[in-house]
Amino acid sequence: MTSRKSVLVLGGSSDIGRAAARAFAKAGYDVGLAGRDVAALDPDAADLRTRYSVEVGVYRFDVLDTAAFEGFVGSLPTLPDVVISIVGLLGTQESAQSDLAHATTIMRSNYEGPSLILGLFAEKFLGRGSGTLVGVSSVAGDRGRASNYVYGSAKAGFSGFLSGLRARASRGGVHVVTVKPGFVRTKMTEGMKLIGPLTVEAPVVGDAILRAVENKTDVVYVSGKWRLVMLIIKTLPEAVFKKLKF
Amino acid sequence: MTLVSGWGRFPVVDTDLLRPRSFEAVGDAVADVTGSVARGNGRAYGDAAIGAARTVGMTGFDRIRSFDPATGRIRLEAGVLLADLIDTFGPRGFLPFVVPGTRFVSVGGAIASDVHGKNHHCEGGFGRYLDSILLRTGEGETIEVSREQNSDAFFATVGGMGLTGVILEATIRLRPVETGWIRERVISASDLDAAMRALDAGDTATYSVAWIDCAARGRSLGRSLIYLGEHANKDELADGADAFPVGKDPGLSVPIDMPSMTLNRYSIRAFNELYYRMGARRAGGSHVVSLYPYFFPLDSLSDWNRIYGKRGFLQHQCVIPEAGARAVLGDILERVARRGDASFLAVLKKLGQGDGLMSFPLPGYTLALDFPVNGDILDFLDEIDRLVVAAGGRLYLAKDARQSRTTFEAGYPALRRFNAIRKSLDPNGNIRSKLSQRLFDEV
Ligand SMILES: Cc1cc2nc3c(=O)[nH]c(=O)nc-3n(C[C@H](O)[C@H](O)[C@H](O)COP(=O)(O)OP(=O)(O)OC[C@H]3O[C@@H](n4cnc5c(N)ncnc54)[C@H](O)[C@@H]3O)c2cc1C
Repeated sequence: MTSRKSVLVLGGSSDIGRAAARAFAKAGYDVGLAGRDVAALDPDAADLRTRYSVEVGVYRFDVLDTAAFEGFVGSLPTLPDVVISIVGLLGTQESAQSDLAHATTIMRSNYEGPSLILGLFAEKFLGRGSGTLVGVSSVAGDRGRASNYVYGSAKAGFSGFLSGLRARASRGGVHVVTVKPGFVRTKMTEGMKLIGPLTVEAPVVGDAILRAVENKTDVVYVSGKWRLVMLIIKTLPEAVFKKLKF
Repeated sequence: MTLVSGWGRFPVVDTDLLRPRSFEAVGDAVADVTGSVARGNGRAYGDAAIGAARTVGMTGFDRIRSFDPATGRIRLEAGVLLADLIDTFGPRGFLPFVVPGTRFVSVGGAIASDVHGKNHHCEGGFGRYLDSILLRTGEGETIEVSREQNSDAFFATVGGMGLTGVILEATIRLRPVETGWIRERVISASDLDAAMRALDAGDTATYSVAWIDCAARGRSLGRSLIYLGEHANKDELADGADAFPVGKDPGLSVPIDMPSMTLNRYSIRAFNELYYRMGARRAGGSHVVSLYPYFFPLDSLSDWNRIYGKRGFLQHQCVIPEAGARAVLGDILERVARRGDASFLAVLKKLGQGDGLMSFPLPGYTLALDFPVNGDILDFLDEIDRLVVAAGGRLYLAKDARQSRTTFEAGYPALRRFNAIRKSLDPNGNIRSKLSQRLFDEV
């Protein structure tokens, strides 16, 4: 057995998930990759083993299958030191406005599932007295926008959950990080018009997550510019904000 | 549709740019339309990595499958960048056998262009260290090709500019090294004859290349600095130096397109004068330098292609067979110097035999020059091409954006054979790039 630290990445086949797994493996962590499609995770597992000579496990995890969460946590060979939830679903705002099933899936994928699973790990971590939980939320949760408030509200819920959990867990030696990546060039944002100077590549987010875990940062806006942008957006009076095309 | 260009930012073309996430999706992307080609990291200068209708971005495929430290064999996806390989395996004592002048190229791009490094004269090109390729043909088949298996397809794919299909994975051999440092010797040559003599004398050196001051004229025509290099052993390093130097991310970048005014014959001449003098002062002795500045001097300034302004620039890289090389190179350099707006620095180096059917290298000298896109540059380069063709030379497709069909056909006699192999792999002609349309596909 190794005495290396270990990280579990939920949503391991997403672009940010892969980037985070690489950043941690490079820093010497053993890695668990969890996702819906286990076979799709195998090439990434092989990649991490070959590059960094770390141990890599692959696990099935579906964020909508909340009934299986306790079994999932119990079946892990060891309790990891760090758990990162990168799961999320952008969905389509327009369909979500009338298609309740779609809206529900967006809400559950971005709020219910990620919160419940991190909450479960929080209990285990508090029992042990150590560990770090990372939730990848979004700047979209900082203020509801006409163009994506279903997604944004779910992320807002998740951010709220993380902030409360952080307050409670810190007293028990457990740290909680909220990551708000802004625009990232990934599968999720493909085809969208992103604002160049505010957009980062997935590896930048992966490195930022590692740094936040090691430095015990609470809330990370991956690009510093976003903190300012969101500060302005959050402080605009509602009367003004609703008139903006944003 | 997306506007896409090569590294030279000329031409700019509207194409359907996709970034598939699975090999199946690559297949769909190719099958859906007539006229697609793979794109690696976009470091080809012209239109090679732009599909006739659709361009299939491959950099998302960056997983390493397996590595055997006993043989240096590595299996990887085609989108892995050489920069990534160097950072990951350098500290473990392995480097690619062949690297071009920038490390930001993908393995797929390096195979498709059969890229040459400063060691081509003695160690050959990228394709020489390639064992096998997993290829997705335009016909929809995924086949493993190697020297033994589907060998026609193998030799057509090495240097085949993506036109035999999409390279999904490859097995290549890495070079075991003791350190990431190079023992470098700089020689200054006062004119073209001296430069060519110095390169000939450097035939036994693993790495050799000359930087020519192409603003110099008259008796100094072709004056240059020749850089020879060998891999340094551990005992050659200064005490306390790490066996593997750190490769910094490009720190500086060119934030905007420079007004083309900044590049003119005066600034270029001044720069070259300074560069030559500084280099000449270092000439003579040998010293140890990190692999990064040695192999990739331009990588420290990211987006440097913007220096040439909005209209972009053209690279002209030819190879001239050994026999008539001196006269033709002299003639070309003379015309370039007279014109006055060529690159900061031109590169002269010796090449050996290429490995693929369409590989650029042939035994002789290769000269690479950059020109900003302006006024009569196209006519001027056509004029240079006539000299190249008359001397039995050819132009490098990875750098080309403008040569004529005649120039191309004269330089690449294996074209017929190549097209026959393409036809057998892709009878419906699904794979086509802007470059193949421009130079050799039937229209
Ligand atoms: C600063 C600089 C210095 C350079 N120095 C050298 C040098 O010293 N020697 C040298 O030989 N070259 C040199 N080059 C050229 C460069 O090495 C080649 O253009 C290389 O092919 C670029 O790789 P890429 O991944 O960016 O490919 P791209 O530019 O994206 O594509 C180049 C070609 O490869 C094909 N291709 C890419 N990926 C695949 C794939 N997966 N499957 C099938 N086909 C594919 C494309 O269709 C295209 O034809 C230099 C370029 C620059 C910008």
